[in-house]
Amino acid sequence: MSAATHDGYYVPHGSHWPIVGSIGLTTLLGGFASMLNGSTMGGKLMIAGVVIVLIMMFGWFGTVIRESESGYYNEQVDKSFRWGMSWFIFSEVMFFAAFFGALFYARAFSIPWIGGEGNNLMTNLVLWNSWEATWPTNGPANVGGDYQVMGAWGLPALNTLILLTSGVTVTWAHWALKKQNRSQLILGLLATVVLGFLFVGLQAVEYGHAYHEMNLTLESGIYGSTFFMLTGFHGFHVTMGATMLTVILFRAMSGHFTPDRHFAFEAVAWYWHFVDVVWLGLFIFVYWL
Amino acid sequence: MSEATTHDAHDHHDHGPAKGLMRWVTTTNHKDIGTLYLLFSLLMFFIGGAMAMVIRAELFEPGMQVVNPHFFNQMTTNHALIMIFGAVMPAFVGLANWLIPMMIGAPDMALPRMNNWSFWILPFAFTMMLSTIFMDGGAPAAGWTIYPPLVLQTGDAFPFMIFAIHMMGISSVMGAINVIATILNMRAPGMTLMKMPLFVWTWLITAYLLIAVMPVLAGAVTMLLTDKYFGTSFFTAAGGGDPVMYQHIFWFFGHPEVYILILPAFGIVSQIIPTFARKPLFGYSSMVYASASIAFLSFIVWAHHMFTVGMPVAGELFFMYATMLIAVPTGVKVFNWVSTMWKGSMTFETPMLFALGFVVLFTIGGFSGLMLAIAPSDFQYHDTYFVVAHFHYVLVTGAIFAIMGAAYYWLPKWTGHMYNETLGKWHFWLSTITVNILFFPQHFLGLAGMPRRIPDYSVQFAEFNMISSIGGFAFGLSQLLFAYIVISTIRGGAKATDKVWDGAEGLEWTLSSPPPYHSFSEAPEVK
Amino acid sequence: MSQNKSVWLHRALLGGAMLLGAGGAVAEYGLNMTQGVTEVSGEVYRLHMLIFYICCAIAVVVFGAMFYSIWKHRKSVGAQAANFHESTTVEIIWTIVPFAILISMAIPATKALINLEDTSDPDMTIKVTGYQWMWHYDYADEGVSFFSRLDEKSNAARQMNSGIDPASVEDYLLNVDNRLVLPAGKKVRFLITANDVIHSWWVPSLGWKKDAIPGYINEAWTKVEQPGVYRGQCAELCGKDHGFMPIVVEVMEQGAYDAWVAAQKATAQNDSPVATVVAAAN
Ligand code: HEA
Ligand code: HEA
Ligand code: CUA
Ligand SMILES: [Cu+2]
Repeated sequence: MSAATHDGYYVPHGSHWPIVGSIGLTTLLGGFASMLNGSTMGGKLMIAGVVIVLIMMFGWFGTVIRESESGYYNEQVDKSFRWGMSWFIFSEVMFFAAFFGALFYARAFSIPWIGGEGNNLMTNLVLWNSWEATWPTNGPANVGGDYQVMGAWGLPALNTLILLTSGVTVTWAHWALKKQNRSQLILGLLATVVLGFLFVGLQAVEYGHAYHEMNLTLESGIYGSTFFMLTGFHGFHVTMGATMLTVILFRAMSGHFTPDRHFAFEAVAWYWHFVDVVWLGLFIFVYWL
Repeated sequence: MSEATTHDAHDHHDHGPAKGLMRWVTTTNHKDIGTLYLLFSLLMFFIGGAMAMVIRAELFEPGMQVVNPHFFNQMTTNHALIMIFGAVMPAFVGLANWLIPMMIGAPDMALPRMNNWSFWILPFAFTMMLSTIFMDGGAPAAGWTIYPPLVLQTGDAFPFMIFAIHMMGISSVMGAINVIATILNMRAPGMTLMKMPLFVWTWLITAYLLIAVMPVLAGAVTMLLTDKYFGTSFFTAAGGGDPVMYQHIFWFFGHPEVYILILPAFGIVSQIIPTFARKPLFGYSSMVYASASIAFLSFIVWAHHMFTVGMPVAGELFFMYATMLIAVPTGVKVFNWVSTMWKGSMTFETPMLFALGFVVLFTIGGFSGLMLAIAPSDFQYHDTYFVVAHFHYVLVTGAIFAIMGAAYYWLPKWTGHMYNETLGKWHFWLSTITVNILFFPQHFLGLAGMPRRIPDYSVQFAEFNMISSIGGFAFGLSQLLFAYIVISTIRGGAKATDKVWDGAEGLEWTLSSPPPYHSFSEAPEVK
Repeated sequence: MSQNKSVWLHRALLGGAMLLGAGGAVAEYGLNMTQGVTEVSGEVYRLHMLIFYICCAIAVVVFGAMFYSIWKHRKSVGAQAANFHESTTVEIIWTIVPFAILISMAIPATKALINLEDTSDPDMTIKVTGYQWMWHYDYADEGVSFFSRLDEKSNAARQMNSGIDPASVEDYLLNVDNRLVLPAGKKVRFLITANDVIHSWWVPSLGWKKDAIPGYINEAWTKVEQPGVYRGQCAELCGKDHGFMPIVVEVMEQGAYDAWVAAQKATAQNDSPVATVVAAAN
């Protein structure tokens, strides 16, 4: 690959990473599906799939980074990446919207209906023995048995603080990047990464507490379902974000990014802010109200 | 808009494609990928169509003769999933790949490597989907809408179906992101938004819809997965959930989805009609606004698929009114097409025939849609063959007809060869006659009370079912002609000129037929 | 295959006629929606016809203009293309006119809908429960309850390659062992639910269908003046035998109905033995 500068739109030649990605994804999901069906091979296949997907990501992103560092990408390519990332984040927003939708639906409709509101008086009287609607709830059949509600003002509040702070540190790092202050950039990124993983760790502690001491599980009716699915997918995204931030940190340490050309940094920062905003929604609607 | 010239890493080498099979596996070229999408779509159309033939064979006469009821339901379910996600959507993405860069004067799609991945997920996803037929308990059989609790009774196929849907979703979202980035970022200088061909506009809006709703489908099926394997209660009343909640989430995806299946078709027809009327498209800007209004309204009408689930009256009224409103922007489109023809100088080559067939037959499907939108009447129509008739008019004589029109319209450009006009006309007339024999009687069946998704029926429905099946076999056979025409045009035929059609307008016609591997290495001038 | 050709031809022609807008005249041939036997079913039928005729009228105008243009503005008859491509006036007109038409449809639709959903002040209540694949009826006020399944003859004929001609079976697939019996002239409220998956209770002559959702109760009502037998089917895919869980409603004069109730009570039919059968079957 020549290192000459180019001013045209960079159209890469054929790449085998996509097909590797497809094979990996299929192995991963096929393995998971077999596992759910009780096959013993499933788990192994799934791990193989994860490994292939990781190889693909390293290879693919590696190529992109190399091309970027060699100056193949002009401003227009950069813009394509920006549009791509923004719309990807929008798609993630809509993914979470489905689960928030489920939460709102349960709280605004299904629970009150089972409790006899609207046109559902008979539902309540005939099927559910005059059960009284409340929130949070594991449903009229007390699915999963008695449980305790996760309060908002302990760990979750602390986690809110941690995540908000990490939003500040990443911005601080961004300023540093623009001012060409590399040590502040690295410090800011390091702090963000640490806060990110701290958040994930505390979340794990919270889950352990919920499962072992509170009998609050995925099986605790609609409350448990929405609680764990929302916080779980969010936690997964934080982990992804923190991992990407780690990559950015290493790249920053090896001298990548210039004040006016650092799309990868910004993309990850956008992603991080998105994860932050989702958390605020979670904190308000899942834990607090 | 910055300069849109192309440049590649090895520009001292030739600009042509790599050789052999790996060319297709690793390609980042929008034309190669477009071809892959289109051929894949044709294959899926035949597989989904073969399943429809099984359905029509069983329904040929009363009594159970060909397949058992469980297998029948597997056919219905997979027929729909394959036609929607395997045939129509990939066909539109294939057309987008081929045409959008050529229409806006771009060197390629904005994100070429990701473009390859969008395609190459699909064969894997559909292999996974189709393999479920051989699994314990058979393929999914709960209808393409996969409602719980029924779908939770699926056997080993269940998680494979869910993950296949996830993969289709990933593919469509990446495809859509690419389309948006291309349209917003890769236009040649002077190609302002309001100068873009309508096909580009409708795809921009479609891509937006895709990104907005495919993730919602992913969320819905994920909840199905956890309800089945991880003990969640999203769709179970005992735990405080609601089976109907699934329907709301599904149709929040599902209704915009049906406009995903028609907006690019509107775009295609808006390209074809002006060419053969030799007159500019009437009401260009109102076409753009109408498409945008349709997309907007599509987000607030979803529960018209659920009038009978027992919603509060206020909800039913809201969804009825909102749904009816969609007739207004769609009407604007129909009127604009007719006005484009008005005082034109029309000729009727095969693409034009398909476009005209589209206008008439899609409108009939739209009218039955409007009837379905009337909630109290829908209490009678819902889940009958009237609905089946409605959506096949908009999907087969709508989406599929538009896709076939597009294939005839641009094949000479893509391949450099003219297709056989006589055979093309035969294909159109055979299709148009048989498709009406196939689907028109289904209106009567539905009104007379035949429910959908049943493998057997009472004898009063016998005649119309037999007529419909005969029409179905004939329509299916007619499509063999289409495959023959396409393949023989790819392999040879009279040389096509660059402009191909007398009245054609647009950047793609300024290129040679077939166009060079990299369409616009230098950005074209747009006045 | 036993039907003769002329019946076919007849119906095909009528189909064509209906396509041209002569819908009402051919209603009795099973081409059109039933007018039903209740006030609301009639209302729904009239609404259906109204919208249908409006659509036909619009179709005539739109397709008329289009075919006129195809005929007159062909290149082969020497038509020269004009060059106009917009007109704000006509565009405003064809936005407003359809909107007005829609309002004229929405008004009767709203009235019908509100009437259909008004389950207040019933004379009696019946709980309807969908099962895979049968219905259970529970007369809340009488203590009478029973299951209702596909009748034996249809069930035999509908087996794979049974060798029995469906045409030889009376009311093939539309007959049950135990009918739902209703008194004429009474407002009956239905409480509709399901035990396993979603079903949908539909008798076209009554004018509506309502989904049976497990865990929730949907309400609906009917009032049939005319004694008679009315048939319908489950209308929501509920698994392999979805096509085989019909509904038969028999409406009787009050006296006959009372006698029927008394007979039911006397045979002491209660659902527990049946329920155990069902449990065992699952
Ligand atoms: C391409 C796909 C497509 C398109 C474009 C449409 C278009 C429309 N659809 Fe359809 N629909 C489906 C695909 C589509 N549909 C599918 C797949 C299903 C079934 C899903 C399932 O259950 O499996 C379905 C089901 C469906 C239902 C649910 C039926 C039921 O299950 O009970 C309803 C109800 O409102 C409906 C309504 C409409 C309406 C109002 C339109 C409108 O957009 C139509 C607008 C067009 C016109 C009206 C014609 C042109 C207009 C004029 C000439 C102007 C003047 C006209 C008037 C003023 C009347 N559709
Ligand atoms: C774009 C979408 C699309 C397309 C193109 C089609 C195309 C066709 N559909 Fe489909 N259909 C749906 C979408 C689509 N459908 C959906 C969404 C449903 C609802 C599913 C559900 O209820 O969940 C449905 C359901 C559905 C039903 C109702 C099933 C039921 O309720 O149980 C029927 C019944 O007639 C049917 C028939 C057909 C036929 C005959 C075609 C024909 O147009 C197909 C023609 C094509 C071919 C036949 C292939 C090409 C030719 C060959 C393979 C050669 C061999 C030919 C012969 C042997 C004759 N479809
Ligand atoms: Cu019960 Cu369909
Ligand atoms: Cu819809």
